[in-house]
Amino acid sequence: MAQADPAGTAGSARPLSERRPLGDRGFQILALAAGLLVLVILVLIAVSTSRQASSWFSAEGLKIFSNNWNPAANQFGALAFMYGTAITGVIALVMAVPVSVAIALLLTEVVPYRWAQPIVYVIDLLAVVPSVVWGLWGILVFAPWIAGIYASIASAVNGVPVLGSLFGPPTSGTSFFTAGIILAFMITPIVTSLSREVIATVPVIDKEGAYALGATRLEMIRGAVWPHSQGGVVGAVLLGLGRAMGETIAAALVIGSSATITSHLFAPGYNMPSVIANQFGEASGVFQAGLMGIGVLLFVFTIIVNVVARGVVARSARRKRGA
Amino acid sequence: MAVAPERKLDLREPTGWRRTSNSIATALMVLAFVLVIIPLGFVLYTVIAKGASAINWSFLTGQIPPNVSPPGQGGIGPAIVGTLEITGFATLMAVPLGVLGAIYLNEYGGKGVLGRVIGFMSDVMTGVPSIVMGLFIFSIWTIHFKFSGFGGSLALGCLMLPIVIRSSDEMLKLVPDPLREASYALGATKARVTLTVVLPAALGGIVSGALLAVARAAGETAPLLFTILTVTTVNKNLFSGPNTSLPSQIFVNASQPFVGAQSRAWGAALTLIVMAFVLMIAARIITARFTRYSR
Repeated sequence: MAQADPAGTAGSARPLSERRPLGDRGFQILALAAGLLVLVILVLIAVSTSRQASSWFSAEGLKIFSNNWNPAANQFGALAFMYGTAITGVIALVMAVPVSVAIALLLTEVVPYRWAQPIVYVIDLLAVVPSVVWGLWGILVFAPWIAGIYASIASAVNGVPVLGSLFGPPTSGTSFFTAGIILAFMITPIVTSLSREVIATVPVIDKEGAYALGATRLEMIRGAVWPHSQGGVVGAVLLGLGRAMGETIAAALVIGSSATITSHLFAPGYNMPSVIANQFGEASGVFQAGLMGIGVLLFVFTIIVNVVARGVVARSARRKRGA
Repeated sequence: MAVAPERKLDLREPTGWRRTSNSIATALMVLAFVLVIIPLGFVLYTVIAKGASAINWSFLTGQIPPNVSPPGQGGIGPAIVGTLEITGFATLMAVPLGVLGAIYLNEYGGKGVLGRVIGFMSDVMTGVPSIVMGLFIFSIWTIHFKFSGFGGSLALGCLMLPIVIRSSDEMLKLVPDPLREASYALGATKARVTLTVVLPAALGGIVSGALLAVARAAGETAPLLFTILTVTTVNKNLFSGPNTSLPSQIFVNASQPFVGAQSRAWGAALTLIVMAFVLMIAARIITARFTRYSR
C-alpha cells in the first residue's frame, strides 16, 4: 500500500467520518432500500388485496362471517372456510407437535452428535417434498387407503356419544382429517427444527446438575430442559400453526371441497386457502372479490399468529440471556 | 466423587418405575422418528416407482398432450422450460435484493429501531401464505398486464426475499469483526469493506441459503395459479402470454380421472423432486466446504 498522504489529511478541516465518497453513501442507501422493500411489500399486500376485496366487504358487511357460501345464489359468507382452517390446523398440531418435540428431544438429549446430523437430514427431506407432491400422493394414494380405516373407526365408535359425532362414516378418503394429517407431515420439519434450536440453548450445567442429583434422563428433561424451553416451544408450535393455516395446494387436493360446517372430521370440507385455489380461476365480480377477501382475512390471521409467535420466541430468548 | 458420604446414599442404578418410565420415554422418542420416516419413505417410494416408468427423453422434452391421452404420449417439456424461466428470473430478482437487505441489517442499521423492525418483519414475512402472494401479484400486476411468466417470477421472488434475507443475515453475523476492523485500518470505506472482505467471507453460506430458497420456490404452486395459468406448448417469452410450470401441471393433472394424466403427474413430480434434491445437495456441499475453510 502507498504511504498515507499527510497533506491531504491535514488540509481538510472536516473529520474523517464525514469525508465519505459518493459510492460509499450510495451503497448504504441501496442496502437501506432493499431492507425497506420488506416493509413496502407487506404494506402493498395489505392495501392492494383489500382494495380488490372491497366490494365483498361492502356488499356483505358482517355477513362475511355467516355460513352460506353459494356463488350461484350470490351468497358469500365465509364462516365455513374459517371453521375448516381452524379444524385442520388443530388436527395438524395435535399430531405434529408431540412428534416434533419428541424428535427434537431425541436429537438434543439422546443420540450422539454424529447420529443427530443424518436424522436432521431425513427430517429436512420432509420439507423438500413440495406441497403439490404431498397433494398428489394424498389424493391418489393416501386418501383411498385411509378411507377404509375411517370406515372401520366409524363403525367401531358408532353410537358412542362424543366420538360417534366426531368420527362418523366417511363419504370418501378426502376430508378435514386427511387434510389435517397431510398438514401435520408438512409442518413437522419446521416445528422440529425450531424446538431443537430452543432446546439446544438449555445450559449444560443445568442438565449436569440434574444428572448429578441422580435424575434419570426423563426426570432431567422434565426438571431442567422443559422449564427452560417451554416458551420457545410454544413459539415454535405457533409458527407451525401459521404454516398449517397457509398451506394451500396439498389441502386443496385432499380436503374434499365442500363448504360445510360439521363436527364430522371424516366429512369433506374446505379451508380458506383451498377454496381460493379451487374457485378463483372461474370467479368474477363479487365472487372474485369474496375470494380475494378470504385471502385478506387469511393474511391478517397468519400475520397475527406469526407476530405473536416471533414475539414469544424473542421474549424467551431474551429471558434466557438475562438469566 | 470418591469420598464416601456419611449418610448412606442410594447410588445404585435407578430401578422400578423410574427406570421403566425413562425407557418408555426413550422408546417414544424413537417411535416419533419412525412415525415420520414411514410417510416420507412411502411418498418417495411412490413418486420414484410411478415416476420412473413415465420418464424418458421424449417425456422431458415433449409438448403437453390432452388429459385423455394414454401414458407414454407427450410430455412435460413446456412445464420444465416454464419452471426454469420463472424460478430463474425470481432468483435474479430476490437474491441480490435479499443479500443487500441482509447487509443493511447486519452492517448498517441492525441495532437501531428501523433495523430491528425490518428484521422482525422479514421473519413475519416468511409466514405469509404462498396463496396470498399469488393474490397480491394478481391484484397489482396480472389485472393490469395480463398473465405472464414474469408475474409468477414476481410472486416467487416475494416468497424468496425474506428467506434469503434471514439466511444471509445469519451468515454475515458469523464473519468475525477483526476482519472488518483490519480493513478499516487500511483506510477502506464501509462499502468496500462489505463488498470485498465481508461478503466473500460469507459467500459459501449465502449461496447455500439462496439455493435452499430456490428449491423451495421451485416447488410452489399456489403463487403461480392466478399469475401464469397453464399452457400446453413451450412459451419461451417470460414477459408475455400465459406460461406453465411443473407444480402447476402436477396440480392440474392430480385431480384428473385419466390414467395418462396421472402418470404424467407422477413423472413431473419425480422431475421436480430430483431438481429440489440436486439444489439441496449442492447447498450441503457448499456449506460443508465453507465451514471447512472458515475453520
